[in-house]
Amino acid sequence: MMDPRISIIPERIKDVKRRIAIVSGKGGVGKTVLASLLALGLSSMGKIVGLLDLDFNGPSCHIVLGIPEDTSIKEEKGIIPPLFNGIRFMSLELFVKERALPLRGDDISNAIIELLAITRWGSLDYLIIDTPPGTSDELLDILRLIDGLETLIVTIPSKLALKTVSRLLNLLKMVNTNIIGIIENMSKGTDMVREFARREGIRYLGSIPYDEKLEEALGDVDALKRTSISESITTILHKIIGLKITR
Amino acid sequence: MLNLPFVIEILRMVHEWALAESIVRAVLDIMRERKLKTVLEVKIAIGQLQQIEIDIFRDALKEISEGTILKETKFSIEEEEAEFKCRNCGYTWKFSEIKESIKEDEAEAIHFIPELAHAIIRCPRCGSPDFIVVRGRGVRIVSLRGIT
Ligand SMILES: Nc1ncnc2c1ncn2[C@@H]1O[C@H](COP(=O)(O)OP(=O)(O)OP(=O)(O)O)[C@@H](O)[C@H]1O
Ligand SMILES: [Mg+2]
Ligand SMILES: [Zn+2]
Repeated sequence: MMDPRISIIPERIKDVKRRIAIVSGKGGVGKTVLASLLALGLSSMGKIVGLLDLDFNGPSCHIVLGIPEDTSIKEEKGIIPPLFNGIRFMSLELFVKERALPLRGDDISNAIIELLAITRWGSLDYLIIDTPPGTSDELLDILRLIDGLETLIVTIPSKLALKTVSRLLNLLKMVNTNIIGIIENMSKGTDMVREFARREGIRYLGSIPYDEKLEEALGDVDALKRTSISESITTILHKIIGLKITR
Repeated sequence: MLNLPFVIEILRMVHEWALAESIVRAVLDIMRERKLKTVLEVKIAIGQLQQIEIDIFRDALKEISEGTILKETKFSIEEEEAEFKCRNCGYTWKFSEIKESIKEDEAEAIHFIPELAHAIIRCPRCGSPDFIVVRGRGVRIVSLRGIT
């Protein structure tokens, strides 16, 4: 028979105004760093923000934002995501800590459904969702489970990365998602990604430089805010906030 | 109203509550889809792996359905024994055989999300973490009897 948990998901996110998944074709292009900094940036602008780490094999938003692993989770007829630097945060990492979590397809779906069914986000202006690269099970699941999901693509300026973005776009254009646009990370100042966006008919949201100070700033919110990455993100966020969404 | 004898149970109640809420909503959804006027009985299976407190779950179901058209509906709850099968060596085992070896915080994690068992439980024969939960994972609706 039907899965009762799926019925409650719309109720759990009904007061979340915009639901944005950070996606990419290739791995390692900066999704996790950008998802975390986008959430941080929105929070600094006074928005109420949630961050959901859905990369089950390699959850790492908590490392970027320096969220302690011994955080306790509050229950109130479901789970209330703990608050860090103004961000409501949820990740399986809060439960598994350092342990390996070898999950396959159906297990991943089950875990995502359970997580979405029991987490009470409350009212949020933005829910940012970090995902694994490519057309992962995690991405496919939230595309089907989260109504009005918007997608934000991250890439680096490389033929290899853009090829995989094309393939991802083929999927995204088939399903029901509003593609916000593409962010060029680790930019080299070329117009390769901008040109690509024009050809694909998607919005070019801006570029982010390679910042060697990032590594040292990881885990330290104040230091992160001082990186040139955060500066570029603020500019990009103004564009994203200004967009009218239709659901 | 809920009558909880121990304060500690208030903490445990909450997750049971979230799942009970999902059952009630799902039944209401099914009623709408199948154009049912009344639902006489809902059979629910509770997988042993998730370690749901059945009494609390039952009370939550009662209180949540009270304010809906499911006021008179009978919720029958049966527990389903959890069973695992190793993908590596094919061994099958039951939750009851290994339950003792699971620590309290680990049980709590599995209670939240049963898939976290993959970070905790190993095949008793070969030690592999690559296993299938054959049955008894969590909460599901088995059947529903209603009138159109
Ligand atoms: N603009 C940047 N400047 C310098 N380093 C960066 C920048 N963006 C990302 N990085 C670094 O690149 C590496 C990969 O970033 P990240 O983990 O965010 O990528 P990802 O797309 O989430 O990877 P995965 O696909 O594995 O989840 C990290 O070490 C990160 O610190
Ligand atoms: Mg990542
Ligand atoms: Zn085995």
